Amino acid sequence: MTDAPMVLAERVSKNFGTNKVLRGISLEVDPGEVLCIVGPSGSGKSTFLRCINHLERVDGGRLSVDGQLVGYRQKGDKLYELKLKEAAFQRQEIGMVFQRFNLFPHLTAVENITLAPIRVKGISKAKATARAMELLERVGLGDRGDAYPAHLSGGQQQRVAIARALAMDPKLMLFDEPTSALDPELVGEVLDVMKELAKSGMTMIVVTHEMGFAREVADTLVFMDEGVVVEAGPPREILSNPQHDRTKAFLSKVL
Amino acid sequence: MSEPESDRMLEAEPGRHGESGRTPRAGRARHDDDAPPEAIVAIPLRHPWRNVVAVILVLGLAVFVLDAAQRQDYGWPDVGKYIFDRRISQAAWVTLWLTIYAMIGAIVIGLLLAIMRLSPNPVLKSIAWLYIWIFRGTPVYVQLVFWGIVSLIYPVFTLGIPFMDPWVTIPNEIFTNLFITAVIGLALNEAAYMSEIVRAGLLSVDEGQAEASTALAMSWGQTMRFVVVPQAMKIIIPPTGNEVISMLKTTSLVAAIPLSIDLYGVSRGISAVTFTPVPLLLVASLWYLLFTSVLMVGQHFIEKRFSRGTGRVRTGKEPATPEPAPTAVPGEPGAPLGNDFGGKG
Repeated sequence: MTDAPMVLAERVSKNFGTNKVLRGISLEVDPGEVLCIVGPSGSGKSTFLRCINHLERVDGGRLSVDGQLVGYRQKGDKLYELKLKEAAFQRQEIGMVFQRFNLFPHLTAVENITLAPIRVKGISKAKATARAMELLERVGLGDRGDAYPAHLSGGQQQRVAIARALAMDPKLMLFDEPTSALDPELVGEVLDVMKELAKSGMTMIVVTHEMGFAREVADTLVFMDEGVVVEAGPPREILSNPQHDRTKAFLSKVL
Repeated sequence: MSEPESDRMLEAEPGRHGESGRTPRAGRARHDDDAPPEAIVAIPLRHPWRNVVAVILVLGLAVFVLDAAQRQDYGWPDVGKYIFDRRISQAAWVTLWLTIYAMIGAIVIGLLLAIMRLSPNPVLKSIAWLYIWIFRGTPVYVQLVFWGIVSLIYPVFTLGIPFMDPWVTIPNEIFTNLFITAVIGLALNEAAYMSEIVRAGLLSVDEGQAEASTALAMSWGQTMRFVVVPQAMKIIIPPTGNEVISMLKTTSLVAAIPLSIDLYGVSRGISAVTFTPVPLLLVASLWYLLFTSVLMVGQHFIEKRFSRGTGRVRTGKEPATPEPAPTAVPGEPGAPLGNDFGGKG
């Protein structure tokens, strides 16, 4: 644990109007670590994830990724909100996978993957396409490069979405309930890709309801409820011996 | 975008192909009930009133056509004489270009207004709203009369500090050219309608699309250009076709400016000399009908193409992405209404 943390959250808070969604989240994610966040719906898990790549603005506390403050620049003791361009630049290093895949339906799998590398990083089309094919191979879809999202199953779409995020060579991957919108028989193929990704040393934050996955892959499991971290630690300990009543109540419902 | 439900349908598809015809017994179609269901033999329900109404209508139409063919006032020989008159075909050309220029202007301004209305800036939002309120809330005929006399209100354009001697003074030559005035007048009016169509199109694209694009570090402009607008087009294009047809007919109102080199203007001009108004009205109508029919056919093919989900689905067999509900304001001509002719002129 001598490395600087990849993600450092200190008392992060976020309100939507008067609704306090995050009430001071503090946690650390080291490079190469896999952190799983579980908790009842409405506990702020997804909001926290969206704060990490500045899809939502943090209202209080400090949140930094790889030593850089997210969404703000500090000069002396004053904070300046980042320009849209600067915020976009920060996001290049953070890949995100959504519950509903959010693939671009008018583009093929390969075009989905190459769009951002070509337009944002200025990589040549040939290079980006070659890389896209590599990534599709990696997620087990080497032969579906020309398919439109509508012709892919949910599991395949989510795997393309993972490849799309990886194409930007992120240091950190965020997964927002990546298997919640899938039919049960398609969950496995997506989790397998995520396991492989975790093994390769990617830093990952996964909001999930898959306790089996959390137990097997996560280095740290965080239980969130009502905008706070209730309990955090090695997944086996938390799952088998929860300390807090709220954790016990939640786990008794989902396990 | 794509629902997991549609994926399930995809998976279920191959299984269904094996069965011959779909049995009404819900769900569990078995291969063993091979025997085709017995056909129903019954006396069909009669509809005597339908037949009566149909006969009356057909008879009425026949009487009208026979009468009109013989009636002097229609001046059919004159219709034949003027239908391919050079002045008329040139005027038809003017009408066509008026339509094209006005629509291009309307689409550009409409896009701008739509983006303004969707912007988080309350000032831009209100200005766009005000524009649409005024231009949709007043008759296009009245607007055209106004643009026709605007060169009297503003004889010169000046640039400088208010209440001081102007630096530059340009005589108003834009609004003294009646063709340009007509294009501007039509475009400004149509822009209000186009902006609502464009706005509905942009709003129809799932928010997750822009979000995914943003998460991939794409800028707002890139997100619009590569992700949102291409998907919005399938909502935007069909009603825009309606607007083109509507605009073609609305150009006849440029008489209010008064511009008289368009199809209707020239027909009226000729009839004022020959004292044969009815044949020339028919001539103009036939030309308008020709144009709108051609546009309707084009519209039909465009709609067919864009109703196929992403517009790039190859087989058409697969369930494409679910059609987002068009969010056009109800009752305004922007709502995609198939072959509705629009018509606010």
